[in-house]
Amino acid sequence: MTATTATHTIAPPPASGRRLRAFLRNPMGVIAGLVLLLIVVASILAPWIAPHDPGLVVLAESLAPPSLNHPLGTDGNGRDILSRLLWGGRVSLAAGTIMVSAAIICGVPGGLLAGYYSRWFDAVASWVSNMLMSLPQILIIIVVIASLGSGLVPTMITLGVLASPDLFRLTRSAVIGVRQELFIDAAKVSGLSDFRIIFRHIFSVILGPVLVRSSFMFGMAIIAQSGLEFLGLGDPLRPSWGGELSLAFQNFQRAPNLVIAPGVAIGLTVMALVLFGAALADSLGATRRTKKGNWTPAPSRPTDGAPHDDAATGSSPDEPEGPLLVVENLAVSYPGEDGKGVVVVEDVSLHVRRGEVLGLVGESGSGKSQTSFAILGLLPPEASVSARRLRLDGQSLEVLSEKVMERLRGQKMAYVPQEPMSNLDPSFTVGYQLTTPMRHKLHISRSEAKERALRLLERVGIPDPARTFASYPHQLSGGMAQRVLIAGAVSCDPELLIADEPTTAVDVTVQVEVLALLRDLQQERNMGMILVTHNLGVVADICDRVAVMRKGRIVEEKPVRELFSNPEHEYTRMLLASTLEDALPRQQRDDEMGVTR
Amino acid sequence: MTGSTIGAAPLLQVSDVNVVYRGAGWRRPTFHALHDVSLDIRAGETLGLVGESGSGKTTLGRAVLGLADVSSGSVSFDGDDITRATRRTRRALSRDIQVVFQDPYSSLNPAMTVASILAEPITAHGATRQEAAARIAELLDQIGLEPDAGRRYPREFSGGQRQRIAIARALALRPRLIVCDEPVSALDLSTQARILDLLIDIQVTTGVAYLFISHDLSVVRYISHRVAVMLDGQILESGDGDKVTSTPEHPYTQRLLLASPIPDPARQAQRRHDYANLA
Repeated sequence: MTATTATHTIAPPPASGRRLRAFLRNPMGVIAGLVLLLIVVASILAPWIAPHDPGLVVLAESLAPPSLNHPLGTDGNGRDILSRLLWGGRVSLAAGTIMVSAAIICGVPGGLLAGYYSRWFDAVASWVSNMLMSLPQILIIIVVIASLGSGLVPTMITLGVLASPDLFRLTRSAVIGVRQELFIDAAKVSGLSDFRIIFRHIFSVILGPVLVRSSFMFGMAIIAQSGLEFLGLGDPLRPSWGGELSLAFQNFQRAPNLVIAPGVAIGLTVMALVLFGAALADSLGATRRTKKGNWTPAPSRPTDGAPHDDAATGSSPDEPEGPLLVVENLAVSYPGEDGKGVVVVEDVSLHVRRGEVLGLVGESGSGKSQTSFAILGLLPPEASVSARRLRLDGQSLEVLSEKVMERLRGQKMAYVPQEPMSNLDPSFTVGYQLTTPMRHKLHISRSEAKERALRLLERVGIPDPARTFASYPHQLSGGMAQRVLIAGAVSCDPELLIADEPTTAVDVTVQVEVLALLRDLQQERNMGMILVTHNLGVVADICDRVAVMRKGRIVEEKPVRELFSNPEHEYTRMLLASTLEDALPRQQRDDEMGVTR
Repeated sequence: MTGSTIGAAPLLQVSDVNVVYRGAGWRRPTFHALHDVSLDIRAGETLGLVGESGSGKTTLGRAVLGLADVSSGSVSFDGDDITRATRRTRRALSRDIQVVFQDPYSSLNPAMTVASILAEPITAHGATRQEAAARIAELLDQIGLEPDAGRRYPREFSGGQRQRIAIARALALRPRLIVCDEPVSALDLSTQARILDLLIDIQVTTGVAYLFISHDLSVVRYISHRVAVMLDGQILESGDGDKVTSTPEHPYTQRLLLASPIPDPARQAQRRHDYANLA
């Protein structure tokens, strides 16, 4: 174990290895897997380990109780039950294998092609799949058994075909999901054949879900097959779990305990399969969470041994009424994978006065969003936040209960998010989403709230407030949605507005207007504002003072003009040097370098 | 060796291309994504394509790549009409035309190692494994990654490094044209400049041509010899890169220019003032 963790820190193992490890960490899955393995091995070895011939009839020993010779006793015909169950396991496993294979062969390729090509193939295949699902399965099985005999193969193939729509639909929807991914387009442009694209790129994605579903289906197959045997639709000469159960019921009056052994065999196997499948699904899910999310504490370092560089310009809370917001020595960390905490914000001190815009600038992973969420008290529960001082309008935030924080958010401080669309609930109207917080926070009536909301919508520059009030978020453009969110943020008259990349998701021509709106609102209400951004142009446009963040620390803090004219920290200089606005155009640089085309 | 010489005939010629998407479902309205778009790119040259979201710039790139169906008009590459190329011709064309997408997260298959991602186009065109391995080493060197990067998975790299890998994949077959669809918009400022310099370096040494799609005028100005501005599926203005990006003629381009904030408080205040006067 120690050896694997050592290599883990250098290069994370491939997905399959991580999945295996996630699976092995789940005791339920491991136990279910071991039980399954035992059943499979015992069934395969039945000819060698079964104590008796399963068909050997010794009428003298009929219904014998368990003994050394017959560990599970004998059935009504004097046959050894343990031997019959071991042999019956072969039938059950064969039944499951045949049915699942048939379902996979019919369902998966069809689903792959239907999902990938869509159009007519999809239409035809979906139609067939829907038809199969609407067929009366029992009737078909009886017809098949009546015409083809009670052999295992035709019955289970039929069941498999009837179950294949399940896998078809699963595969098809997974493929449709992955088909839009850019790496599929890239593969097409790379000149790969469709066959290679489907099998190299798409198959790997659907393999997991199909495996999980198949293990459930295997359990269903065993139940279905046992059920058929129980009903007498099987071959009476073939020892099977369902057949044993049926015989046990015939002798139920004389030896009721006979039902136990085959019942346990069926129940245990199916349960193990289902639990195994569930654990498999969990371990697959564990590897799905690698996408960039809001809360991924991206590239940062372990807690220990972080060298203190020249950082953290102190705040100057010495003006008469005191700044609106004071943050001193804020730190945010998350529990890391190997027990060590991962620090995402460290030793951050800043302050915001009324009527002032503080820019919080940095690249991805610099901790700028984490800082603003810490101020808002909106970090996830696993984050640990500490600060020497965190005061809003003289009130200390770090000791406040969640309830008080809830009251402060909205009325004292408000938040404008980056992604306007994902921050509006698609199932409620704009009006509902604007008025509900106001009615709760300001304790005003529905009609007052509506009137206020309409005025706000007009104020943020929405041309037809009444219409927008009644619309749903999907009916708005990105710029309109951002205006609605700004209206919502200022609706309860906050004193501090925290805007996290408010213009990153919108076009530049919309950005101008959103920035102008933020500036106007901030000035007319004399709000303090923190603007989190990575865009130095936006900083130059709207900020009064700027704090530059890097790797969780503030490296430089200055009035905006001074920052641009006289950057001190080398990181700030590097950032300013990376801007392209004043670079020479390409042709001119080419000419200077003597490049000829 | 500084690339190929400018031929009289352009490498890529797009003439009066229209792309119309049929609405999904019964009697849904159609969407006209491109209106009579014409442009050309010569060998070794970068044509910048600027526009805001919904302007059709990405659709144009996809039409060139054969990922969007052209309703009318023609696209020709090196003199051959490729407007409605068959899948087989397209696969042969992939030697010449390649792509780098915006999102370096979804454009690399997370389940494949970097080496297998890079090997894919090479082996698809019939190279042996040794040839592929040699080419991969060359590519990793060219984009400035360690030789052992091939054994690792995309998620182990930062956004900028992933974009380098995507560029290496595009370069694998030594193409003559690369469609770059917003290749630096998802990247940090400092990474953005380095990726642009890498693209320019590659262009100078290999003579590849770029169709460079972006919403950012300053990025386009930095890398493009010529620039075309798109709005609502039409090209409004095109010409010399410096001229279009600093003294544009069309009112929309002027608006676009004045809307982009400059990282300089005094000049930005002036620009804001100019923008307000424009409207």
